[in-house]
Amino acid sequence: MKSLEELNAVQDKVKGLISLRLEDEGQANAATDGCRYHVLVCGGTGCTSSGSKQIIAKLNEEIEKNNIVKDVKVVQTGCHGLCALGPIMIVYPEGTFYSMISVDDVPEIVSEHLANGRVVTRCVYDETITEDGFQSMHETAFYKKQNRVALRNCGLIDPEDINEYIARDGYQALGKVLKEMTPDDVIKCLLDSGLRGRGGGGFPTGRKWQLAMGNDADQKYVCCNADEGDPGAFMDRSVLEGDPHVVLEAMAIAGYVIGANQGYIYVRAEYPIAVDRLKIAIAQAREQGLLGKDIFGTGFDFDVDLRLGAGAFVCGEETALLTSIEGQRGEPHPRPPFPAVKGLWEKPTILNNVETYANIPQIILKGADWFASMGTEKSKGTKVFALGGKVNNVGLVEIPMGTTLREIVEEIGGGIPNGKKFKAAQTGGPSGGCISADNYDIPIDYDNLIAIGSMMGSGGLIVMDEDSCMVDIAKFFLEFTVDESCGKCTPCRIGTTRLLELLNKISDGKATMEDLDKIEELAAYMKQNALCALGQTAANPVLSTIKNFRDEYVAHIVDKKCPAGVCKNLLTYSIDPEKCKGCTMCAKNCPAEAITGEKKKPHEIDPDKCLKCGVCMSKCKFDAIVRK
Amino acid sequence: MENITIKINGMEVSAPAGSTILEAARIAGIDIPTLCFLKEINEIGACRICVVEVKGARSLVAACVYPINPGMEVFTNTPLVRESRKKTLELILSDHERKCLSCVRSENCELQKLCKDLGVEDESMYDGAKNEYELDESAPHMIRDNNKCILCRRCVAVCDKVQGIGVIGANERGFKTHISSAFEMGLADTSCVSCGQCIVACPVGAIYEKDNTKEVFDAIADPDKFVVVQTAPAVRAGLGEEFGLPVGSGVEGKMAAALRRLGFDKVFDTNFSADLTIMEEAHEFLDRVKNGGTLPLITSCSPGWIKYCEHYFPDMTDNLSSCKSPQQMFGATLKTYYAQKMGIDPKKIVSVSVMPCTAKKFEIGRDDQDAAGCPDVDISITTRELARMIKGAGLRFLDLPDEDFDDPLGEGTGAAVIFGATGGVMEAALRTAVEELTGEELKNLDFTDVRGVEGIKEASYDVAGMTVKVAIASGLGNARTLLNKVKSGEADYHFIEIMGCPGGCVNGGGQPHVPASFKNANDVRALRGKVLYDYDAANPIRKSHENPQIKKVYDEFFGEPGSHKAHEILHTTYVKREVNRIPE
Amino acid sequence: MAKKTVPFQGTKEQEEKLLEMIKAHKGEKGALMPILQQAQDIYGYLPIEVQKIISDETGIPMERIYGVATFYAQFALQPKGKYRISVCLGTACYVKGSGQIYEKLQEVLQIQGGECTPDGKFSLEACRCVGACGLAPVMMVNDEVYGRLTPDDIQGIVDKYNA
Repeated sequence: MKSLEELNAVQDKVKGLISLRLEDEGQANAATDGCRYHVLVCGGTGCTSSGSKQIIAKLNEEIEKNNIVKDVKVVQTGCHGLCALGPIMIVYPEGTFYSMISVDDVPEIVSEHLANGRVVTRCVYDETITEDGFQSMHETAFYKKQNRVALRNCGLIDPEDINEYIARDGYQALGKVLKEMTPDDVIKCLLDSGLRGRGGGGFPTGRKWQLAMGNDADQKYVCCNADEGDPGAFMDRSVLEGDPHVVLEAMAIAGYVIGANQGYIYVRAEYPIAVDRLKIAIAQAREQGLLGKDIFGTGFDFDVDLRLGAGAFVCGEETALLTSIEGQRGEPHPRPPFPAVKGLWEKPTILNNVETYANIPQIILKGADWFASMGTEKSKGTKVFALGGKVNNVGLVEIPMGTTLREIVEEIGGGIPNGKKFKAAQTGGPSGGCISADNYDIPIDYDNLIAIGSMMGSGGLIVMDEDSCMVDIAKFFLEFTVDESCGKCTPCRIGTTRLLELLNKISDGKATMEDLDKIEELAAYMKQNALCALGQTAANPVLSTIKNFRDEYVAHIVDKKCPAGVCKNLLTYSIDPEKCKGCTMCAKNCPAEAITGEKKKPHEIDPDKCLKCGVCMSKCKFDAIVRK
Repeated sequence: MENITIKINGMEVSAPAGSTILEAARIAGIDIPTLCFLKEINEIGACRICVVEVKGARSLVAACVYPINPGMEVFTNTPLVRESRKKTLELILSDHERKCLSCVRSENCELQKLCKDLGVEDESMYDGAKNEYELDESAPHMIRDNNKCILCRRCVAVCDKVQGIGVIGANERGFKTHISSAFEMGLADTSCVSCGQCIVACPVGAIYEKDNTKEVFDAIADPDKFVVVQTAPAVRAGLGEEFGLPVGSGVEGKMAAALRRLGFDKVFDTNFSADLTIMEEAHEFLDRVKNGGTLPLITSCSPGWIKYCEHYFPDMTDNLSSCKSPQQMFGATLKTYYAQKMGIDPKKIVSVSVMPCTAKKFEIGRDDQDAAGCPDVDISITTRELARMIKGAGLRFLDLPDEDFDDPLGEGTGAAVIFGATGGVMEAALRTAVEELTGEELKNLDFTDVRGVEGIKEASYDVAGMTVKVAIASGLGNARTLLNKVKSGEADYHFIEIMGCPGGCVNGGGQPHVPASFKNANDVRALRGKVLYDYDAANPIRKSHENPQIKKVYDEFFGEPGSHKAHEILHTTYVKREVNRIPE
Repeated sequence: MAKKTVPFQGTKEQEEKLLEMIKAHKGEKGALMPILQQAQDIYGYLPIEVQKIISDETGIPMERIYGVATFYAQFALQPKGKYRISVCLGTACYVKGSGQIYEKLQEVLQIQGGECTPDGKFSLEACRCVGACGLAPVMMVNDEVYGRLTPDDIQGIVDKYNA
């Protein structure tokens, strides 16, 4: 397309495509495609893993069998968020939310619901079932407190069809920027909106662009950090899988503002679905003239290429990411110079993460005030979190900044399984820390998290219950950083290894209180001395757990006990003679032959032989094995 | 450039805009310690020894790469800074093989010095898992011991950025990161040219030359051997540093005295064969010009450069002068002319060379370097090894008298001694070639256009109606740039001098170690080079063709430059090599 | 000293494909990563023979290529098994016991993580989050995902591929 008018004409034409699905906007009219039903099946990684591809195939097969091909459109969308209940399927216009469906459920859903309008209640997400029928998914605890800005199209549109994006005002923001706004206008809008980088650091996005804009150069670059490496985080992946065009549009806007004509998206190779959808999106955008030369006839050129990461967490660090795009070992280098001055191939470069970009077109279209009306004083808008660990509703949630941890875990997350107690939540991945129950009611935003020794990070939020050992968790993250340290600077290359060795000493019951001091000293040293943010924050999980759970560390060191019963070398297994029936199951299964006893008489465990594998405990039907 | 004022430790300092904190601190009289930093070569901020506090910064910053800005307040000596540096050292030591007493770098190890200066009390503070590596002893000239490597990457930067070779680099990542060649190949299997620049870049004992001093001592102790030593021009400009003299001290006389006291039967000078090289090379040049031979002619004194050319520019080996290097010409002349003259069986002669160079250890084993049916040179040691011998023999070097070399192969001219500095061979050749072409005596012997430490120099001279275009490159990265210009036709020279090491032999891979703290603030190449130019200026004979012993050796033995006999004895051949080879 | 790799068995077709691919990247800035990724797609791993060709064709020193190849976890210098088993050790899976799954696999397959069974059938590795946290603990066999695992499931899954 050559002009904004053409885009508008296309939008008018395709708008009807999705109107059937817009329940909350009161536009649920018959779709212009003449379909009575749109069946949205989640094609995100989680649901694909649990079989959504097979479900789509079966759907199409059954639809044909029932002769309703013209009435029903099956759409593969991005993530709906509630991954724990996948595969998820939503039927519009009613918005019926089917969860955990299997291929075997499909014939019934098709013949009953799609052919005859009768909802198959047994497959419906029980939270949406009320006394007098069904309620919208948006009324459920999981969705009620969410506010989807960055994820607004995820789960709603077909990410492989640019028209569905256009129907949702896609590329309108780019049109507005190119036609009506100067680069300064855009920067002002971003600054006023209060948008801060969603990748972890929280640097104001408008400020970042401003710096790059002010540097004269023959060539500049716009980059997108889609190298989401935090274990347990998948926010960016969901955006790329569910709404890839939003990133392309925002990058083009950035290109216009700073004067760049080339963009790179650095995306993890471990995200094959996201990569495929990005490739399709780029091809479609080029075909439509929304990327390439002379966009909307304004003379503005911009194109985007993909670069695949290759499995190095450190490449999430901006200078390392740029070095990696250049085709080198992804090692960070000292700043200054900042990328806005000397970035990719020594040219001024801006780098934002996926979620940051996903907010921008909406900010342009709805205005800075709209965005700034959400969130807290210094953290505006919403934040997407990947909720995981010991919580019922594992999945992806987007909440206004300032929501409390309690609301996230207890309401949205549906609480902790098996009636266990909340112990801590880990945010910020390997760079973050553990938040204890003391801070359950703190409103979550950038500054509050830092104040309590954690950080926002990219949005991983792992819930832990009383069965989690905090020394073990600290070790887990440190093992991760040891693995992922690039090896360039001394504090990180050697310091992380030494820190892990000291932690191992603790969990092996061999440490002294002096070792704890040594850990704290070394951790503080790394914070001050490491070259990049990965190294500087590597000790955070250790420091925050020591700070919030010092007693637990002391128990390991002084009492040689792991209160949570996790650290193997500190555990002892014994048999409660009162409960033991002498069934011999434990002795039969013990790999170390450490259990002896006569049949029908209480057994005993030889602590010297015991490997502490826990098999006896899992085999005992009488709860007679005691682990301390 | 305008100056910026900042505060360091509360004192105002004015430094040029664009300076780093490290540079500004030096102006203020403060040396911030460094380890990985090599100015303009390795500016990676990796080791973290140079950390300082900057007011308002979230963490400490690396002074070596952090630019100053107006109003900045820097603190270089706070408890936090001191503790941090100490911890960094303790961490390095926890993964460092601490066999310091037997280490070749004991007493001039930069890590050792920092530990002492910064007050490390417990070298085993953070002991834990250690990386363990096999030694790479495959190369003829050096050993790499990763157990001592501290991953400063100075060697990597020099090999890749300065020399443009890049056969070593950082591999793996995290704690397992180590310096090695592709697929952990031994250096001998790579296109390493043996220049030894990595050795002089190394702050610790992780890279060092293969020590051949024992063989020399043994030869001297063997009554059946006639042990002869030659010393390259650049050695006399560096050796003194090993005995505490400042960089830029000439010790020709004491060196000759020391060699004599070590027990060499004859103490000769490579300057003699440098003059011989000029005779042959100038003849070869004029011959190629007159008879339409391959031009440009490129010098062949530097064995690192020769191996580089064979690997990376195999199509240009015809441009190389067929002259053996001065080291080899000396050995060849020693074992033919001199042996014959003195009636010594060449097989009984042990020909030892003292070189500023590690590639010479490779060169002595090349094919076609055995004029008398046995190797022209038997043992090649570096300046550093000679110093080790002198110390081992207990010679009070600084108290030795200045002595002369022996006759007849100890006679060299001013033209010969400047071989050790970049541009020196060119200047020496010009002095002879111009007089040969014009038939007139030169009024001014100083060809200043070809002097100086710049990586690439060009000049042209009108000689006897002909414009002679010359170029000089030192450092192999510069050589590549220059040769690519020649290959693309962008430049057409008649004669090119190339030295493998930046600045020429004075800065060779076999020269004494100079700590980076000195190198970052001073130009070692220029300081040592000046010694040679001073020797040249002081020498009454400054043209190779006027060396009386050279005239004699042609009269008595070779006939004339380029004669058949000269070719047999003084010239050699080259091979073509691959860049990437899969070892068997 | 040099690292031993299993004997190289590249075919002429693979080499042609490799050369063509490198040619397609000619003149492209920072093309080394995509070249290595595509080379690994062609050969399954990046042995010295392949890295030599890339070096010869691009002029990038082989050591730099090797340095990149050993930096990123995705690049393999050894061939992978016919069935590549990777166990997610991401946080969510870890707290739900993927560590035991990983141990069990090592026991069943009689290899360590990062190794390949002698018959070339299975290779085992740990990986970071595959994004199926709702199914934790999770492992993948090639592209197939197995979720909500217990150690008791492992033998059965391995047997399925051994059949």
